[in-house]
Amino acid sequence: MCLGIPGEIVELNGDEPDLASVAVGGVRRMINIGLLEGEPLAPGDWVLIHVGFALSKIDEREAADALEFLESIGQAYADELDALRAAAPE
Amino acid sequence: MRFVDEYRDAAKAQALAAEIASRCEPGRHYKFMEVCGGHTHTIYKHGLEDYLPETVTLVHGPGCPVCVIPMGRIDDAMAIAEQPDVILTTFGDMMRVPGGHGSFFDARARGADIRMVYSPLDALRIARDNPGRRIVFLAIGFETTAPSTAMTVLRAEREALENFSVFCNHVTIVPALKAILDSPDLRLDGFLGPGHVSTVIGCRPYEFVARQYGRPIVTAGFEPLDILQAIAMLLDQLGDGRVEVENQYRRVVPWDGNPKALRVIGEVMELRPYFEWRGLGFISHSALRLRDAYARFDAEAIFDVPGHRVADPKACQCGEVLKGAIKPWECKVFGTACTPETPIGTCMVSSEGACAAYYNFGRFTRTRVRSSAQ
Ligand code: SF4
Repeated sequence: MCLGIPGEIVELNGDEPDLASVAVGGVRRMINIGLLEGEPLAPGDWVLIHVGFALSKIDEREAADALEFLESIGQAYADELDALRAAAPE
Repeated sequence: MRFVDEYRDAAKAQALAAEIASRCEPGRHYKFMEVCGGHTHTIYKHGLEDYLPETVTLVHGPGCPVCVIPMGRIDDAMAIAEQPDVILTTFGDMMRVPGGHGSFFDARARGADIRMVYSPLDALRIARDNPGRRIVFLAIGFETTAPSTAMTVLRAEREALENFSVFCNHVTIVPALKAILDSPDLRLDGFLGPGHVSTVIGCRPYEFVARQYGRPIVTAGFEPLDILQAIAMLLDQLGDGRVEVENQYRRVVPWDGNPKALRVIGEVMELRPYFEWRGLGFISHSALRLRDAYARFDAEAIFDVPGHRVADPKACQCGEVLKGAIKPWECKVFGTACTPETPIGTCMVSSEGACAAYYNFGRFTRTRVRSSAQ
């Protein structure tokens, strides 16, 4: 819960500006980007996701490092990622 | 040392380890607390203590949201779950936490409808899909997850949902730090500040640690190199005679935090006069509840919540672990009666809990070997 999962913005949602589709660990998910006010996001940008919400924008290098790290910690991340996959916020 | 085999930056880690060693004053002992359970996990998983001189000790702090929930609140949530038409939703981490009447898995076996969700937004979806049921989201976490709960409440309001509420157990990190700094049985030389909590609150709220308590604090990232670097920064400050708030995790943590996240927390929630923390007791102004304006989304206003204080089991020493007063394996039931499969205390449940991290990865690190040889 405390470790953010990096996701790449794939598509913004014109009707619902709080929502965006992101690619996370090979799957596409809807997440809420409403907490990133004043940080213009575009497809290709990376964000750190906590419980379905993007909490910070990060650069691609940080995203890659964070992913590698999450993979190295094993089960805890696998569980979190499974939960994210199974969930479909919105 | 798994770290050496697995981590591509092993050479950098060795260099940092040498730097750390060179910055220690001969004969001086250093005790640093890592506040955040995510850090504890990394430290054990990668055997980081093996990179530190014997004179540098890391103690684990209270920053594991699941670990600090007192038994009474679990029982309260269960009492809500057992009322007619209720679906209780919560994060998977909470399911095995023992309360006075077993865990949520046990309550589910007794017939309560308790579902795991990844996000509070999933709970909202369940509410939309089940208009005849009353959906309660058991919210836990520090400032990392509080804004998500607040955003979800605002959304429920916008959608005029009438069957969704939050049982709010959000806690705040600063009062817990104060409680630890005020506790007489622990002398700390500095802190590794939490990473993602600081994404929300920024670094400014830690200034009291330096100003009032004269201790350095360095906000740190979660990777092994982050933690080693933050330790080097703490030693640097002590060596130079400085006490400051520094930010090692600048690539993610802005100095002023996330203003929107802070704003929505403040809009929807307010501080409780006091809240019980497992092992730390009652701490004033240390937790959040929904504001009266959102009472119709507040499970504590909607349901009859017993609100009894439940004492921890006698054998449980989670309080001492959460304050850093003992190492996990010094608890008498560690690894015997208390394991991740059959936890007695909360610290064995979450992957961010010190006991679980130690049980899974850390049983043979130097501290264990050294102390058991005494
Ligand atoms: S071993 Fe179990 S009871 Fe003892 S401190 Fe750890 S979690 Fe608590």
